[in-house]
Amino acid sequence: MSDAAAIPQNETWILPSRGIVGMACLITAESAIFLIFVVAYLYYSGKSLTGPSPREVLELPIFTSICLFSSSATIHFATSALHRAARGATSLCLAATVLLGAIFLGGTANEWYHLMVYDHLTIQTNLFGTTFYSLVGLHASHVIVGLILLSLALVFSLSGSLTREHTSRLEVLALYWHFVDAVWIVVFTVVYIVGR
Amino acid sequence: MATQTAPLPLTEPSRRHATAVLHDWITTVDHKKIGLMYIGYALLFLVIGGVEALLMRIQLIRPENHFLSPLVFNQLFTMHGTTMVFFVAMPVLFGFGNYLIPLMIGARDMAFPRLNAFSFWISAFAGFLLYFSYIGGSGLYGGGGAPDVGWWAYAPLTSKVFSPGHSSDYWTLSVLLSGIGSIGTALNIVATALSMRCRGMTLYRMPLLVWLYTVMSGMVFVTISPLTAAQIMLLLDRYLGSHFFDTQAGGSAVLWMHYFWIFGHPEVYVLILPVFAFMNEIIPVFSRKAIFGYPAMVAASVGIGFISLSVWAHHMFTIGMTSAGNTFFVLATMAVGVPTGIKIFNWLATIWGGKVHFAPPMLFAVGFLFQFLAAGLTGIMLSVAPFDWQLNNSYFVVAHFHYVIVGGILFSLFAAFYYWYPKMSGRMLNTKLAHWHFWLFLVGFHVTFDPMHFVGLDGMVRRTFTYPVDRGWGPLNVIISIGALIQAIATLVFVYNLVHSYFKGALAGPDPWDAWTLEWSVPSPPPTYNFAAAPTVESRRPLWDLKHPEDPDTLYE
Repeated sequence: MSDAAAIPQNETWILPSRGIVGMACLITAESAIFLIFVVAYLYYSGKSLTGPSPREVLELPIFTSICLFSSSATIHFATSALHRAARGATSLCLAATVLLGAIFLGGTANEWYHLMVYDHLTIQTNLFGTTFYSLVGLHASHVIVGLILLSLALVFSLSGSLTREHTSRLEVLALYWHFVDAVWIVVFTVVYIVGR
Repeated sequence: MATQTAPLPLTEPSRRHATAVLHDWITTVDHKKIGLMYIGYALLFLVIGGVEALLMRIQLIRPENHFLSPLVFNQLFTMHGTTMVFFVAMPVLFGFGNYLIPLMIGARDMAFPRLNAFSFWISAFAGFLLYFSYIGGSGLYGGGGAPDVGWWAYAPLTSKVFSPGHSSDYWTLSVLLSGIGSIGTALNIVATALSMRCRGMTLYRMPLLVWLYTVMSGMVFVTISPLTAAQIMLLLDRYLGSHFFDTQAGGSAVLWMHYFWIFGHPEVYVLILPVFAFMNEIIPVFSRKAIFGYPAMVAASVGIGFISLSVWAHHMFTIGMTSAGNTFFVLATMAVGVPTGIKIFNWLATIWGGKVHFAPPMLFAVGFLFQFLAAGLTGIMLSVAPFDWQLNNSYFVVAHFHYVIVGGILFSLFAAFYYWYPKMSGRMLNTKLAHWHFWLFLVGFHVTFDPMHFVGLDGMVRRTFTYPVDRGWGPLNVIISIGALIQAIATLVFVYNLVHSYFKGALAGPDPWDAWTLEWSVPSPPPTYNFAAAPTVESRRPLWDLKHPEDPDTLYE
C-alpha cells in the first residue's frame, strides 16, 4: 500500500541535515538561557549594596577575546580542510582552535583568580559578583564543553579515524563553537562595556 | 501493504523471560516503545496527582476540617501542580508525539533515537526525584518533607531561611532535569519533522499534528530554557550563597516572578498545541471531511506561538506594574483569542455538513470544543486587569485553568487514547465502557469545576487549607468534592478499559477508523521497522488517494 502511489521516483528529494537542524535547535534553547542571565546582569547592574563595583575591578580582556574570536576562523579552516580530505591541515587547524580556546579559558581563570584573591570579589560579595560569575561562568562552561569535543576531534584526526565522510559532523561541532564565540560578543559587550 | 514481513528467527516466540523483556524496554531506542513508556509513566503520575487532588477535596469538603494539617495541604497542592504539569501533561504529550510523528511522516524512527531515550529517562528520573523528597526532604535531620512552596515557588519562600532542609532542592532539581529532557525531545521532534519526512511529503503536505508539534517544540526552546536558567540561579542562591532572589542584598523577588511566568504562560500553549493537534486529526476523520482551512490552521498555530510569548505578566497584574505595562499585557492576552478563535471556527466548519460519527474519540472531541471555548472565555475575562485585581488568587482562577487543563487538554487526550489505542495495542477499546467513561467524566467535570467559579466570585482564595463556617462556601464545596469523586470513578472506568481491552478487545486491524494519514497504512501494532518499504505521498491524505484513486486529493490541493 505504502509504495503504490505511482509518481516518478527519480526526482531528487533532499531534506535539511538533521545534525545542523538539531544543533540550531540547541543553539536556540541555549540562547534563551543566556538571554535570561544577561537580563539579570543588566537588571542588577549598579544595584549592588556594597563594593567592589565593575569599574573598580574589571579590565578589558582584549587579548584573550581576540584569541577566542580567531578560533572561529581556525575551526572553519579545519572543516574546509577536512572537506578537501587534507588530514594534516585538519589536525593543524583543530590544534590551533583548541590552543586558542585554552588561552581564552586560561585568561578567564587568571581574571577570576585576581578578582577573588586581590579584589575580594566572590559570588557571595554583592549582586555584581552574583551576576558576573554566573554569566561569565555559564559562558566558560560552554567553552569547556566545546574544548572537550574539539580535543576529541583532534585525537580522532591525529589517529586517522576522522575522514572526509565526517565533514558534516565536524560542521555541527563548528556551528556550536561559532555560537560560543558569538555569545562572547554579547557577554563582552554587556559585562565589560555597558556594565562598566 | 507492509505485511511482507521477513520471517524473523525468534527462538522463543511466545514466552520470553521477564528479564529479557525488561532489558528490551530499558535499552530500547525505538520511538514507539519510548512513546509508550512516556505515556505509561504519565498515567502513573496522573493517578498520583489525582489522589493528591482527592485528598485536598476531602479536606475542603466542610469548613474548619482537620483531615489534613496546613503543612501537608501546602505540600499536596505543590506536588499536585508540579506533578500534573511536568510529569503528566508534558510526558503524555511527548509520548504521543514520539509514537505518532515518525509514523505520520513515513520515517523509520526519530532523528536522534539515543537522545530520545536519554530525554525519556532523565524526565522519568526527575519525576521520581520529586517524590523522593518525601523521604529525603529533610536530609539527615529525620522526618522528611515534600516541597511546600507552591508550584510557582515564589521567592523568598525558596530561600534557605524559609525552606530549610532539602525539600526545595528536590523541587528545583527535578524541574531542572525534566526541563533538560523536554528540550531534548523538542529538539528531536523539530529535527524529525524537518529532516526525516518521506518522499513527496513537503511541509505543505505534512499532517497538521506534525506541524503543531513542531511549533510546540519551537516554543519549548524559548519557554523551558528560561525556567532552566532561573532554576540554575535558584540553585546558585541556595548552594553558593549568591543573591539573585535575595531581597536582603538588593536582589529582586519580582524578577523570579517574571522568569517563572515567562516560562509559565507559554507553557500553557506548549500543552494546548499538541491537544489542538489531536483535534486536527480526529475531527476530520469522524466528520468524514478533509480539514477546513489547512493553511489557516498552520498560520494560527504559528501565530499563537508568537503571541503567547508576550502575555506572561497577566499573571502579575496584582504586583503593581505601570499602567502602560498593564495595558500591553491586557491587549496581548486578548489578542491570543484571535488565532484560537480561528481554530475553533475551522473545526466547526470541518464538522459542518459532514457525516458525523459519534464514536468515542468524537464524543470527547465535542466535549473538548465546548469546554475549551468556555475556558477561553473566562480567560478573556481574567485578561482584563481590573477584573483580575478582584479575582486574582481566587477559586475563579483555579476554575479557569482547570477548565483549560481538564476540560480542554484532558478531554482531548482521552479522545486521542480512544483514537490511537487500536494502533498502539492492536485492539479496540470497549465502546460501552467508553460511553460510561465519557458521561461520568463529563458530569463529574462540570459538577466539580462549574461551582468553583462561583465560590471564587464569592471570595474563596486558592491554596487555603480551610475556611470559616460563616462565609457560606460550605454547600458549594460539598458539591465540588462530590464532583471530584465522580471524576475519579470515571478515570477508574477508563483505566479498567485500557487493561481489559488489551486482552479482550476486538481486533482492530490496520485501519479501524477508515482514516487518511500514514500511521494507518501499517499493521497494528506497527512492526519495529514501521514501514516495509519507504512510502511516497502526493497529498495531505495519502490513504484517501489510495482508497479513492478515481478522485484523489491531488486534484484539489
